[in-house]
Amino acid sequence: MTNTDSSIWVYLSTSPLLWLTLTLIVYSAAVQLYQWSKENPLLNPVAISIISLMGILTITKTDYQLYFSGAQYIHFLLGPATVALAIPLYQQLSKLKTIWLSATFAITIGVVVGALSSVFIARWLGADIQTQLSLSPKSVTAPVAMGIAEKINALPSLTAALVVMTGITGALICTKLFSLLGIKDNSVKGIAVGVAAHGIGTARAFQLNAEMGAFSGLAMALSTLISALALPWLVTLLF
Amino acid sequence: MKILNGLTLLLIFQLIGEAISLYFSFSIPGPVFGLLLLFLSLLIFYRKKDASKQQHEDALTASATAILSRLSLLFIPAGVGLIVHINRLESQWLPIVLSIVLGSIITMTVTAWVMLLMNRLLKIEGSDSND
Repeated sequence: MTNTDSSIWVYLSTSPLLWLTLTLIVYSAAVQLYQWSKENPLLNPVAISIISLMGILTITKTDYQLYFSGAQYIHFLLGPATVALAIPLYQQLSKLKTIWLSATFAITIGVVVGALSSVFIARWLGADIQTQLSLSPKSVTAPVAMGIAEKINALPSLTAALVVMTGITGALICTKLFSLLGIKDNSVKGIAVGVAAHGIGTARAFQLNAEMGAFSGLAMALSTLISALALPWLVTLLF
Repeated sequence: MKILNGLTLLLIFQLIGEAISLYFSFSIPGPVFGLLLLFLSLLIFYRKKDASKQQHEDALTASATAILSRLSLLFIPAGVGLIVHINRLESQWLPIVLSIVLGSIITMTVTAWVMLLMNRLLKIEGSDSND
């Protein structure tokens, strides 16, 4: 590399533009790869993008803070995207009217079982307390999970990463799991995915079926509410 | 223009949600309030449609579709944050991975079963997919 080349790199690598653009390029490539593979769930675009970007940051010795200064513009859209979930839900209104009671009940049970199971499995296998705490809101959508993590003295940034891992896992296993369990009702599938795998699961559900996506969005919204209210209290009982 | 108008409406609802969340210092985050408010507004004000309400709804639908069709992209910045915790992940990978995988299977199975059971108790017809 000549002197000018490296000074251009130094300049660009510290500007938000580079990391924002790179995130979009990597994601587009990952989506393309996913489509070429005929939507093989093992090539989940989120997982591939995250691993690739972690590789790029490691090789270029870039700080996560610096990366996030560019990527935050994408992260920001999680807010309006959460609000936007009201639309598909509204479009499923007639269906919602018939199942709201059983859905609310199932979601509440799902939130409690989700938090308890993750904490106890981690504890049983010898994870330290910080890890156990950070795992407890793993099924809650990232911004809310980070808020809960702060409340219960877990590590918010670790929680955010675990939340994304959980979402990818849910998206990967949901179709297989439901066919093993013999569950065919799209509203039931959607509710289960939304409780366990929040927005990433919801994104996968929308790919599979519009009704499943709408109910996954509903489950995500309701479980977020229930978690924000109940998890901090539940966790104090566990530790 | 539709998408921009829709996005503006979404941001307005988020902003109101954030304001309520801050004002009452709830632990529920602003966007979730925004979702509820938008859903309630659709229920209450948009029941009887006129031309301008239809325009709002079209704009909202356009931008919601745009943003939700690429929802998974939005999780990447937080996911890359894993890099900060790589040491913890290396030393405790087994409990973390099993907690996530088994926890997800348990959560999905229990939620689906509880809902199917409730539907049966309340005699609600399911909607089976054709595949």
